[in-house]
Amino acid sequence: MAEAVHPRGTKPRRRLSGRNIMLYGTLLVFSLYYILPLWVMVMTSLKGMPEVRLGNIFAPPVEITFEPWVKAWAEACTGLNCDGLSRGFWNSVRILIPSVILSIIVASVNGYALVNWRFKGSDVFFTILIFGSFIPYQVMLYPIVILLREMGLYGTLWGLVVVHTIFGMPILTLLFRNYFSSIPEELFKAARVDGAGFWGIYFRIMLPMSLPIFVVALILQVTGIWNDFLFGVVYTKPDLYPMTVQLNNIVNSVQGVKEYNVNMAATLLTGLVPLIIYFVSGKLFVRGIAAGAVKG
Amino acid sequence: MATTKRPRNRMFRNINAKIAAIPMVLTTLVVFVGGTIWTVVYSFTNSKLLPKLKFVGFDQYERLWSNSRWLISIENLALFGVFSLIFTISVGFLLAVLMDQKIRFEDTFRTIMLYPFALSFVVTGLVWQWILNPSFGIQSIVRSLGWESFTFNPLENPNLVMYGLLIAGLWQGTGFVMCLLLAGLRGIDEDIWKATRVDGIPTWKTYVIVIIPMMRPVFITTLVLVAAGIIKLYDLVVAQTSGGPGNASQVPAMYVYDYMFQAQNLGQGFAASTMMLLSVLIVLIPWAYLEFGGKKHG
Amino acid sequence: MKKWKLAAGLCASVALPSAALATDLEVTHWWTSGGEAAAVAELAKAFDATGNHWVDGAIAGGGGTARPIMISRITGGDPMGATQFNHGQQAQELVEAGLMQDLTEVAERDHWKDIIYPPSLLDSCTLDGKIYCAPVNIHSPEWLWLSNKAYADAGIPVPTNWDEFVASAPALEAAGKIPLALGNQPWQSNLAFGAITIAIGGLDLWKQINVEKNMDAAAGPEMAKVFEAAANARKLAAKSTVQDWNQATNLVITGEAGGQIMGDWAQGEFAVAGQVAGKDYTCLPGLGVNEYISTGGDAFYFPKLKDPEKTKAQLELAALLVSKEVQVAFNLKKGSLPIRGDVDLSAANDCMKKGLGILAKGNIVPSGDQVWSADVQKQAEDLMVEFWKSDMSAADAQAKWVEILKSGL
Repeated sequence: MAEAVHPRGTKPRRRLSGRNIMLYGTLLVFSLYYILPLWVMVMTSLKGMPEVRLGNIFAPPVEITFEPWVKAWAEACTGLNCDGLSRGFWNSVRILIPSVILSIIVASVNGYALVNWRFKGSDVFFTILIFGSFIPYQVMLYPIVILLREMGLYGTLWGLVVVHTIFGMPILTLLFRNYFSSIPEELFKAARVDGAGFWGIYFRIMLPMSLPIFVVALILQVTGIWNDFLFGVVYTKPDLYPMTVQLNNIVNSVQGVKEYNVNMAATLLTGLVPLIIYFVSGKLFVRGIAAGAVKG
Repeated sequence: MATTKRPRNRMFRNINAKIAAIPMVLTTLVVFVGGTIWTVVYSFTNSKLLPKLKFVGFDQYERLWSNSRWLISIENLALFGVFSLIFTISVGFLLAVLMDQKIRFEDTFRTIMLYPFALSFVVTGLVWQWILNPSFGIQSIVRSLGWESFTFNPLENPNLVMYGLLIAGLWQGTGFVMCLLLAGLRGIDEDIWKATRVDGIPTWKTYVIVIIPMMRPVFITTLVLVAAGIIKLYDLVVAQTSGGPGNASQVPAMYVYDYMFQAQNLGQGFAASTMMLLSVLIVLIPWAYLEFGGKKHG
Repeated sequence: MKKWKLAAGLCASVALPSAALATDLEVTHWWTSGGEAAAVAELAKAFDATGNHWVDGAIAGGGGTARPIMISRITGGDPMGATQFNHGQQAQELVEAGLMQDLTEVAERDHWKDIIYPPSLLDSCTLDGKIYCAPVNIHSPEWLWLSNKAYADAGIPVPTNWDEFVASAPALEAAGKIPLALGNQPWQSNLAFGAITIAIGGLDLWKQINVEKNMDAAAGPEMAKVFEAAANARKLAAKSTVQDWNQATNLVITGEAGGQIMGDWAQGEFAVAGQVAGKDYTCLPGLGVNEYISTGGDAFYFPKLKDPEKTKAQLELAALLVSKEVQVAFNLKKGSLPIRGDVDLSAANDCMKKGLGILAKGNIVPSGDQVWSADVQKQAEDLMVEFWKSDMSAADAQAKWVEILKSGL
């Protein structure tokens, strides 16, 4: 896997050639497009309201203030609760951890079973799963309410964990399936000859070889679950509401004038967890994708 | 994906493997199949706030297809879908090729392009709503630089609003596609490049006639991911335009949600979602056939 | 889960003597703007004073965002203690399905039938002779809010009715103002259209169409005039691009816009901004033409709960919401009218007094939520938002509108 991440393009010419100017020029132009919104968010979140109203949204603040951040984190109101995003942060963490773990375990086992332990109709199930990834969540809202009610999980943390596991399953299973099918089947056969069973092979052979794809799954799930608003608000109750519910409340409850600086700070604060994960594990991400999406 | 041979183990009797497959089987059967059937059945009823089995035939569908908002939604989704697929994949591929030229600062460039994917659509919609706002976004900046007549307010022009959404959607998604395709490029054997170079085939031609066909599995994965995102398009629109101005940026998922819950007309919402599911099936059946159908004989 | 709840219920009943009736009751609502939040705080304060505890479950984004969540919670079997709905047909099916607490006992004890005015409010809460909701306020959408500053800047007097307002538009535009502020959300377009209907078409026409459901009247020439007026009004709002209603109100507050057609809840925003009715802004009920207002509003519903302690707290809250003190405190902050005629609102401002006067005269009509289903309302909203933001002809819009009304017959 390691050599797969090295560039394979034509040989570089190490000088300031026309080609290089074109190359880096194009990349820089695109980078500008990608970086612009982040720049606007950060700059706005550091301005006071008067400056926001007067000024140019692209200009850096004349006077840096952290007040919007403090307000977004600890003071912004929704209805009667004026404790900002801090209220939901730990709930988000409480939802995130079990949901990510469970959904990854289930999906990796699915992928493994689909590749190495194919049973009659496994392709059908896989096809249905892929179909499931196209179903808009709003459509499934009602059936899931009924399902959770019958399971006695409605309104609980575990109910939400189950929902995240279900809706994370299609894409993750697809990735794990592709990844596992790239592992040489001789390894699997040899282990079978040695008498290893389903779980034995999974834990001793598949898991140790699969760090990159687990990183990809982790990143995708952390992002998806952390950013989820709909499930969090529909399937739980206020003492479990994730941070995105407060973000929605801060951004949507206009008390007089829209406080764009607080909105931006709240937005950045909410996005911080997935952003950090991306910045830290970007390299592993590509490596995992390289193996998970490509081979097959 | 379909190219490797799979181990033909006939150990169906292995109890652990069966147990392990239970969550998947349950999810597919109960949630995806069950939920879909449930939705389709109730789309033939006149359920209002609560699901009730009072059948009314195709009434909900007749009304759906005579509703101008639904027709606009379909048109918008088609427009957004086509442009989104073309641009995410072509721009993503272009960026991936550029990134694959042994450039410096690859990590930095990749992080810059990928980070929007970490942000939710709600955030994406808000930020771009702001940047595209004529009174303090790009338009006002360009005007303050001297071009007094410069006009760029896609979000307030019914004819351009979908392109405003597209700018935001592409911003969020292309980085991820770039990563997928970059990974695909890196997975291609160095020998292929050597061989084409020996034959004197120009680089661009190598990409078109050799590399792209070899990357078919990656393109398919990418296509599935991007297309699934397009069909589900909802949060971005709600956050950025709320479907406006007027009904100009409505999309089907919004119609479904609004009619199910705001209009309290579940039957109508279910009819609309059934149409959405049907269109997904139309796209997926050929795919599933290509993916699995051919192999059974091989 | 059920077991847990049962256990929790048992614990609660065992611990009953010592725990001095401090029952937590979760209340969901979508009141999150400045004036609204202040009004909810009054309710919470009063409820906490009874020894219970108000657990606030505000969900921002308006009824459209909040209602699916509330309905899912109720049908999912894990309901809140109390929840806001608009008067009318929104919660009817939940009541029919037996998911809502019967409040008849409290209503009879406190003689709601005698005190709630107009009686149509209580009728909306009644199903098969039993009462299932506690109305808390009356909101009327048919108001025109004018910025005195905008007119001073333009150097013309503040209009006193809709016709003058339309006539004043060119002067405002010349002064660089938006004549009519209108938020982009569909319900706002529909609200503006409804207000214009009563103002231009008059009460008789309105009743023929909406109460007697006379579809010929809806398709008739008088209604065509209303559509022409609306088509004219949309030109005045062409430059208004804000999204939320209170952003539009804010344009009026700052004098950037001449006026806004919005419900009486707008005055909560004026109050939060420290503006005084008559001095900083002017309000014209019925757009200053036909002084009729419709009596929609909000009501609280109480889902059935298993814990008897909570049920008791629910009944206490229901009684409290209708009580004189709470009615005064809440409605002064909210800018809405009280649901009983026997309270002293001398602290009310000019606009509220105008509303009270109209109410006392009985110049009232039922609200759209009361006469049409949510489905018809939503379709009308979709049509209106398209009509206001496009160049759809008045005749086309009218034809489509009649079709929509027919779907609700």
